[in-house]
Amino acid sequence: MTKKDRALMVVLLLLCVVLIVTPVLALRGAEFGGSDDAGSEKVAEITGEDYEPWATPVFEQLLGGDLPGELESLLFCVQTGVGVGVIAFFLGRFVERKKQETARGTQKEQ
Amino acid sequence: MTKKQRKLVQLTACAALLCGVVPVAGAMHIMEGFLPPSMCILWGVIALPFLLAGYFSLRKTVARDRRAVTLIAMAGAFIFVISSLKIPSVTGSCSHMTGTGLGAILFGPSAVSILGVIVLLFQAILLAHGGLTTLGANIFSMAVAGPFIAFGIYRLCLRCKVNKKVSVFLAAALGDLMTYCVTSVQLAVAYPSATGGVFGSVLEFLGVFAPTQLPLAVLEGVLTVMIMMALEAYAQPELRAVGFEEAGV
Repeated sequence: MTKKDRALMVVLLLLCVVLIVTPVLALRGAEFGGSDDAGSEKVAEITGEDYEPWATPVFEQLLGGDLPGELESLLFCVQTGVGVGVIAFFLGRFVERKKQETARGTQKEQ
Repeated sequence: MTKKQRKLVQLTACAALLCGVVPVAGAMHIMEGFLPPSMCILWGVIALPFLLAGYFSLRKTVARDRRAVTLIAMAGAFIFVISSLKIPSVTGSCSHMTGTGLGAILFGPSAVSILGVIVLLFQAILLAHGGLTTLGANIFSMAVAGPFIAFGIYRLCLRCKVNKKVSVFLAAALGDLMTYCVTSVQLAVAYPSATGGVFGSVLEFLGVFAPTQLPLAVLEGVLTVMIMMALEAYAQPELRAVGFEEAGV
C-alpha cells in the first residue's frame, strides 16, 4: 500500500468515527430505537389500527416468548465475530504472503 | 451458465412475471408476519430466479478459479459484519447497513443474492430480525435490488471514467439506500394509505427510512472503499481470479 493510500485509510477511519459519534452527541436523550420498529409504527398509523402480525419468529415460538435482550446481543456479537474472524484471517494471510513475495523478490535481485 | 441452467432461470423468471408484478427493485428487513401471505409468496417467487442465477454464477466463478473462494468468503463475511452493527443516525433512531455493495462489485449482482440469503436466514431464525414469512421480500430488497443498483452504478461510473474509489463509494452507498427505498415500496404496496394510495404510502415509509439511512449509506460507502483498498493492495491474485480489473482502486 502506498503512503498516500495509507493516509487516506486513516482519514476514512476518522470519518467513520465522526459519522457514528455525531448523531449520538448531537441528539442527547434520543431513544435510538430500531428504524424497523419505526416502520411498523407507520404501518399502524396508515391502517389506523395496531397491526397484529400473523406469524411470530420461529425462535420466539420455541422459547414461548421474547428472546432475552442479553441473548439477542450475544447472537448479534456472534454474527459480527464470525464475520470479522473470516475477514481478518484471510486479510492477514494476504498481507503476510505479499510481504514474503517482496522479500523473495529483493533477494533474487541481489 | 449451461443451457439447462439458463432454461431453469428463465422458467422461474417467467413464473415471476406471471405473478403480474413488474419488479420495482430491492427491500429489507420487514418484520415477521408484517406482510399479508399473498405478498410473501409473491416476493418469494420474484426472488427465486435471482437466487438460481446467483447460485449458477457463483458455481461458475469458483469452477473457473478455486482461489475465488477466499474472496467470496470475505464478501459474505463483510455482509455479516456490516449488517450486524446497528448504527445511530441523525433521526435519533438506529438502523443498519447492508454490506452487499462489495460482493456486487466483485462478483456481479446475482451472486450476492446467495450471500445475502445466508445473513437474512441467520437473522430471521435466531434474531427475530426480519422473518421467514417476509424472507422473499427481504431477499428481493437487500440481496437483489441493492446489489443490482450497486453493480449498475459501478459499471456506469467506470464507463464515465470516474475515479475508481469514488465509483466504489457511490455504488455501495446508493445500493444501500436503494435497499431501503425498495422496502418502502414493498410496505407501501401492502399498506396503501387511505388518502394517498400506494404512492402516498411510499412517501410515508420513505420519510421513516430515508433520513435515517442516508448517513449510514455514506458510512457503508466509506467502509467498502476501505476494504477494496486493502484487497487491491494485498489480494491481486484473487482479484484477477474473479476477473476484477487490475490497477489501483
